Amino acid sequence: MAETYHDRILRKLTEGLAPAALSVRDESHKHAGHGDRVAAAGKGAHAPVDGQGETHFHVEVVSARFDGLSRVNRQRLVNDLLADELRERVHALSMRCQSPSEVG
Amino acid sequence: MSVEDRIKNEVEGTPVVLFMKGTPMFPQCGFSAAVVQVLGHFGVEYKGINVLEDDEIRNGIKDYSNWPTIPQLYVKGEFVGGCDIVREMAADGELATLFKDKGVPVKAA
Repeated sequence: MAETYHDRILRKLTEGLAPAALSVRDESHKHAGHGDRVAAAGKGAHAPVDGQGETHFHVEVVSARFDGLSRVNRQRLVNDLLADELRERVHALSMRCQSPSEVG
Repeated sequence: MSVEDRIKNEVEGTPVVLFMKGTPMFPQCGFSAAVVQVLGHFGVEYKGINVLEDDEIRNGIKDYSNWPTIPQLYVKGEFVGGCDIVREMAADGELATLFKDKGVPVKAA
């Protein structure tokens, strides 16, 4: 069986960020039907959602790599690591990026 | 005019600009709606630009800020962030500080 996008995201962030903590959650179900509805309105707000999930993810990651980086640059780092996934299928990636010193 | 110049004119011509899917009155994406809600909470005046009505802007804005997603918030010409960042900054009080530092009037002090 091919590696799922969930597992790819997990693997790439683990390799790229050596995280102290990492969670990846598929939240596609929360958006089910919403792509179709918007597409029907002719506005193209969304890529089609085919009901197979793996289009919307939420990532929480704690990594020392974020030390000294702005919020924007932390997310850019994650987006860069997941560029292939974002291009191929994932069209929404929300995230919380913290450095170890910020986790209380 | 190039798309880059169009975007530059927009973000430098209005103190607070939100590139979004839909309009402030009718957001068409939950992430855009969340930022609209935050801005509404602060009571700041802003211009919402609906990228769904303009493919050139929709694609151009991603290169302009090197940021792959929409919404995108700009204050005084500077890119602030997308939905997660705006929400985090609102929760931490950083957004209020940013508006104050940039001289953007807010409803609640």
